[in-house]
Amino acid sequence: MNIFRIIEQLSEVDSDVLGRFDSRRAVFKTLGDTAKKGALAAAPVFVASLFQKAYGQTTAPSVIDVLNYALTLELLEEDFYTKMIAAGQVPTGAPAAAIALIKKHESAHVTLLTNTVKALNGTPVTGKKFDPAKFPADYTTQLAFAQALEDTGVRAYKGQAGNLMGKTAGSTNLLQVALQIHSVEARHAAHIRTMRAQAPWIPAADSNLPAPLGPVYTGAIPESNVTQSGVNLTSQLGATYSANDAAASFDEILTMAEVLDASRAGGLVV
Amino acid sequence: MSKIITSGGDEADFTKPLYVPIKRRSFFMYAGATAGATALLLSGCDDDDDVVSTPGTVNLGAGDVGVLNFAYALEQLEAAFYDRVKTSPASDFTSAEKDYFTQVAAHEAIHRDFFKAAINRDAPGKIIANLTPNFDSIDFTKRATVLAAARTFEDLGVQAYNGAGKYLKTPAYLVIAGQIVSVEARHAAYVRDLISNGSFADDSIVDPLTGLDKALEPVDVIAAAQGFIKEKLDASNVGK
Repeated sequence: MNIFRIIEQLSEVDSDVLGRFDSRRAVFKTLGDTAKKGALAAAPVFVASLFQKAYGQTTAPSVIDVLNYALTLELLEEDFYTKMIAAGQVPTGAPAAAIALIKKHESAHVTLLTNTVKALNGTPVTGKKFDPAKFPADYTTQLAFAQALEDTGVRAYKGQAGNLMGKTAGSTNLLQVALQIHSVEARHAAHIRTMRAQAPWIPAADSNLPAPLGPVYTGAIPESNVTQSGVNLTSQLGATYSANDAAASFDEILTMAEVLDASRAGGLVV
Repeated sequence: MSKIITSGGDEADFTKPLYVPIKRRSFFMYAGATAGATALLLSGCDDDDDVVSTPGTVNLGAGDVGVLNFAYALEQLEAAFYDRVKTSPASDFTSAEKDYFTQVAAHEAIHRDFFKAAINRDAPGKIIANLTPNFDSIDFTKRATVLAAARTFEDLGVQAYNGAGKYLKTPAYLVIAGQIVSVEARHAAYVRDLISNGSFADDSIVDPLTGLDKALEPVDVIAAAQGFIKEKLDASNVGK
């Protein structure tokens, strides 16, 4: 039994499987210790207790939690673009117009999510800002951070879709709204990538880039992944496809814990 | 917000007592990967057995497999289109554009072949036939007409996935749809920028007040795509 493989596959179904455990590090450390001791007989018991802990009670985040998580990311993005425009280094013309359009959408998402949380009698998060100490002084690095934020946003929404299945606010289907935001984030990401002379989609090699970009493309399921639903896209489709095309043809999820990790969005928000 | 469609799902299905068993079942499918568990997972898709097909019509089916067939139909269309673009590119494409469209062609072919493999595995006998594209209205020799058609297909693809996601009952399939739609949105943004730089998410496609991309119901997507497919498609039971 390969527990790592099981957890990887499980996270395709349940995007927050890792968040259900105490912490990823604790889980993998315990697994490592178990293996070192050679206590293989104890492994099934340990795995059973692990999943009992994860699934023995309903710990899936509430709709309000999911919406506030999305709102946190949108506030972070909105503030980043506010700072980017204020810094005054975006070239006039097409670049300035693109950044203004993206900022407009992020502000609209903030308003939409804030109002939705209120409509559900929740308390919307406020005051989440891009850490001023991390804001880059030069335009080139600002664009790199924009790419990191957008591609993280795409992965973050994807990771929460399952928690919004069947959820409504009045007559509004919340899953559909999340999908409609999600594809806009992907459009933003594609454009920012082309502003940086990158492919609009994510090639397999991106996870090797230095921070802030590289960590965005890693995770339990990295963007270099070529297996979807147990099907290897390079070898099991009856035709030959490169690993790069296979990786680029599917974007991957990030769990809530992964997005909020210090190496990704969690390290940028104050 | 007025375009948002009322949920067809029953809120009671998602109350907490049911939630845990559903998650456990999903887990056993992925951890055990037994045929029995797979069949169990798909038992909700069997309610299209008594759908009557009209001769000459391709019925996409009902339940989850209907949504998967719906996606498979669209991916067949996109893959066939880009195969033509790749094989005989417009004379006024730049070499960079040819390279990118070769990549897009691969992405769409992978989507098509993936759906074929997944449907045949999870719902044997329920996959729709290979469709015959009808691209008579598209002039493949000119960059402008190819880009215009590509924009139509990509924006339609985004709207299709955005509108059909809510009909999926199996979380794993929803994740797959989400993993594909963002790549379609990347394609859409790319081809829009080729037509007019900066139009990747302009007000004509993203609502400026809500910041939402569009979503279309499956029957409306099929109505928009029907002119490019020789067979008559019936999406009236998709997701139901």
